[in-house]
Amino acid sequence: MPHQVSVFAENKPGKISRVTEVLSRNNINIRAITISDSGDYGIIKLLLDKPLEGNECLKNEGITSTLKDIVAIIIDDSPGGLHKAASLLSSSNINVEDAYGFTIREKNQAVFVFQVENVPLTEKLLKEAGFTIISDKELYYL
Amino acid sequence: MYLHEKIETLPRKELEALQLERFNKAVTAASRTPYYSKLYAENKIDISKIKTLEHIKDLPFTAKNDLRLSYPDGMVAVPQSEIVRIHASSGTTGKSTVIFHTMNDINNWADQVARAMYSAGARREDVFQNMMGYGLFTGGLGLHYGAERLGCMVIPSSTGNSLRQIQLLQDFKSTIIHITPSYALHLVEVIKEHGINPHDLSIKKAFFGAEPYSEATKEKLENLWGLDAYNMYGLSEMNGPGVAADCIYKGGMHIAEDYYIAEIIDPETGEQLPDGEEGELVLTHINREAMPIIRYRTRDRTRIVPEQCKCGKTHRRIERIKGRTDDLIIVGGVNVFPSQIESVLMNVPEVGNNYVIVLDRVDGLDRMHIQVELYSKLFQGDLKSLNKLNKEIVEKLRALIVINPRIEFMEPGSLPPSEGKAKRVIDKREI
Repeated sequence: MPHQVSVFAENKPGKISRVTEVLSRNNINIRAITISDSGDYGIIKLLLDKPLEGNECLKNEGITSTLKDIVAIIIDDSPGGLHKAASLLSSSNINVEDAYGFTIREKNQAVFVFQVENVPLTEKLLKEAGFTIISDKELYYL
Repeated sequence: MYLHEKIETLPRKELEALQLERFNKAVTAASRTPYYSKLYAENKIDISKIKTLEHIKDLPFTAKNDLRLSYPDGMVAVPQSEIVRIHASSGTTGKSTVIFHTMNDINNWADQVARAMYSAGARREDVFQNMMGYGLFTGGLGLHYGAERLGCMVIPSSTGNSLRQIQLLQDFKSTIIHITPSYALHLVEVIKEHGINPHDLSIKKAFFGAEPYSEATKEKLENLWGLDAYNMYGLSEMNGPGVAADCIYKGGMHIAEDYYIAEIIDPETGEQLPDGEEGELVLTHINREAMPIIRYRTRDRTRIVPEQCKCGKTHRRIERIKGRTDDLIIVGGVNVFPSQIESVLMNVPEVGNNYVIVLDRVDGLDRMHIQVELYSKLFQGDLKSLNKLNKEIVEKLRALIVINPRIEFMEPGSLPPSEGKAKRVIDKREI
């Protein structure tokens, strides 16, 4: 299963640039970035080409960072593509804590990332329904 | 001018003779309680040697913690059947400081508050709306009984429910209100939002209580409401409101010296300071049967005004309280020590021990917000667990200190360390 790097962020200017500076200096590429915000504080979520290394680099700089298991699937970049996956999870009573996605232009496909409590079960359900689950490596080198 | 003319204008010599007589009685009663009998035995104090008021300085102080240590009734001087009521200080739950009263104590306290209110111009024709909390807290019931004793019509509306408060103010033409300054700032805005000019209401006077406020806030409130405000001082350990109060000249608050012996001490050395010098106020209750407390350290900073007041009372005055000699903070009328907050945070593994308490005031209401560092190693990486943790801390704090703080998580290392004299409290309130 792939990993996302989660970084704790106080809600104040300069937080993102501090993270991107560390990653750029260590030659780590960002595939996707999203921020969940709760007013006073939030979480910066990063898909990196080298997640383990990226997480270590951030921690070494005193940034509160951790690795988080996620589920990533490939869906068609067309209407209804995401709905199929979402309704499957909903009917299986799987609560999606957070989700985000990005498209890959060349392949006319989209990647969708779910943050759920039970990663293996969610992967199994999606696989059985015919979705392509992407592994660690595939995700970072798409 | 005076509700109890004789006692309020008693020449100093006679007043001091009365104080000595009552002081001897109070110390004798105290010395029979479990707490003081042990204390005086340990310090080899012979109370029969007390011949003048000067001798008070030979007795040890009583601190708030001593009241906690003697919980529940280690300082009670009468049989339980004589007790008619207890009160407890605000801010803490469980083993807090509990004060006991006999029927005579309740009566005397009512007299004392009635006298204070009368000096500020309250009369039996007044309608008194008491927008203060009732219950263990002394503010609500203290002035309730005093106003009734005076013969006012009392509206025990207690706190909150602004629309009903406004309705009562209008329908019963309240002339005196008792309210916290923060709620007064809020309520006046609600009144204006409803298209009512506060100056058109019948209110003439106000007693602001339960939290510290500056002269500037008082003047602001006087202008907003169109009323005349009087300072009153009190603490539950010494009954509650009415310990000292402004007369109409507002040149300091007259201490009810037939009830208390007031001293000003140097908070560091414990030495008595002469009248006029600023220090910590120490009070001895000499007119309470159930629970005499000898030399209680109030932790409030003030000075005694040496000159005689124009009103003719012989009871000396203290200046408005200038602050604390400890780190107590008062938020929305609730007393909180930073150490109480620290003890909660220390038991939450996901956060560090460094914290900063920020106090501000929004729409006239006090807000507390606490910045606390996350402990990196237990960081879960998702907002859900952070929010859950946040809620957990808020719940724990609310259970302990009654107020509802906002918790702000911070990066580790971003707050001043807990050692040394770090500034733990940032008070942004304009008081």
